[in-house]
Amino acid sequence: MLTRRIIPCFDVDRGRVVKGISFVELRDAGDPVELAAQYDQQGADELVFLDITASSDARTSVYDMIRNTADQVFIPLTVGGGVRTPQDVRLMLESGADKVSMNTAAVQRPELISEGAKGFGSQCIVVAVDAKRVGAERWEVFTHGGRTATGIDAVQWAREATERGAGELLVTSMDSDGHQDGYDLGLLRAISDSVEVPIIASGGAGEPEHLYDAFTEGGADAVLAASIFHFGKYDIPTLKQYLTDRGIPMRPVETDTPSPA
Amino acid sequence: MDVVIVDYGAGNLRSVARAVAHAGVDAKVSARPQDVLAAKALIVPGVGAAEDTMANLRAGGLVEPVLEYIASERPFLGVCMGQQALFDYSEEGGRHDCLGVLPGRIVRFPSGMTVPHMGWNTVEMRVEHPVFEGIPDGSYFYFVHGYHPVPSDDSVVLGETDYDGVRFPSVVGRGNVVATQFHPEKSARWGLQLYANFLRLAKERGSIAPAGMTA
Repeated sequence: MLTRRIIPCFDVDRGRVVKGISFVELRDAGDPVELAAQYDQQGADELVFLDITASSDARTSVYDMIRNTADQVFIPLTVGGGVRTPQDVRLMLESGADKVSMNTAAVQRPELISEGAKGFGSQCIVVAVDAKRVGAERWEVFTHGGRTATGIDAVQWAREATERGAGELLVTSMDSDGHQDGYDLGLLRAISDSVEVPIIASGGAGEPEHLYDAFTEGGADAVLAASIFHFGKYDIPTLKQYLTDRGIPMRPVETDTPSPA
Repeated sequence: MDVVIVDYGAGNLRSVARAVAHAGVDAKVSARPQDVLAAKALIVPGVGAAEDTMANLRAGGLVEPVLEYIASERPFLGVCMGQQALFDYSEEGGRHDCLGVLPGRIVRFPSGMTVPHMGWNTVEMRVEHPVFEGIPDGSYFYFVHGYHPVPSDDSVVLGETDYDGVRFPSVVGRGNVVATQFHPEKSARWGLQLYANFLRLAKERGSIAPAGMTA
């Protein structure tokens, strides 16, 4: 049976992880490789790196980071942030990303989705939808890290993105993000009912039941979370056990990993 | 030992090369027909669409060498699109002829299902295959695909996976050919074990075929 996925998300600046981390045994909390390995061992089903590097001359640092991480961690890696052209997609994939997430550039020029899907396959094109509630059952798409309103309906955009070839949607509620009091279940349900591709719920996870709700009420295939892990409130084995006990199919956490030959 | 990963422009070569390197083997990533012909173990990875995969293999002059390699009964591992390409044809984006090494076709999951089938799912082995040695039956592997094989000869089905009631072959093969729908290079522990088994068998016996299984 296909299991639902738990996906930790890291913010990366100049090749270093910058969002708070609380694994006490880490030598270097900013080292993406060490963190990725740690989460892999804990049973993370995939990893997402969001590149927030502002300075354009430091942008290449993300490729080294992907390369180093993918050399040592054998679970799927998604990388997003600053993807503007098919060439950006290519560079990330060639560095070792399995999927590339795009947001602002895809809204500005939706052909980027089609070009990416045609050139590299839908399976590696993730469209990130940042949405803000603007009515009882209406959400608007925002770009530029949530700073720019677009007037575009989020559900309609989700549908268009998949028609253009997105293989997965990363749906973030800007209203819930950072508050740790639950995902926007209405937004998730509206989008999961409208598209055939898997959706990743993002924004608002604080308690194990929030993940459960995203899978059941929201219809999400995967949950993305940052704070709930990074601040050490719950670890992945605890969350997986909780969800398994409540009937959500989860990949069991392997207790040991093979060492290099 | 000459382990060759066929480079025909597919995106995930590096991950496959890294998984092979993790097993302590230095593989050659090559687009050259003569490297394919000289290989002692051949891996064909792949992501994307069947049409592009076949077009790239043809453009690179790789179809004949791959077929000749397989006919010579040396160890072959196909992954994802490298597995689908082994069948007669694919229905992805119209009918596209494939390599015809295994009998059958590639079809899409029924509409109404979430496609692609993406994430970790279990594989139930139908036969005890040496490439799965040490891997518990029912282990989880990482899948991402919208199409799956429908073999016309049931004996090529080595392992199966259930996705929302659709049971499809997730490991296929015959003789020295084994191919997976999932991505072992993205499947953590058991995926790495699969690569290690394949490489060790190829090196030690020059064969990955189960005892009593003929080509």
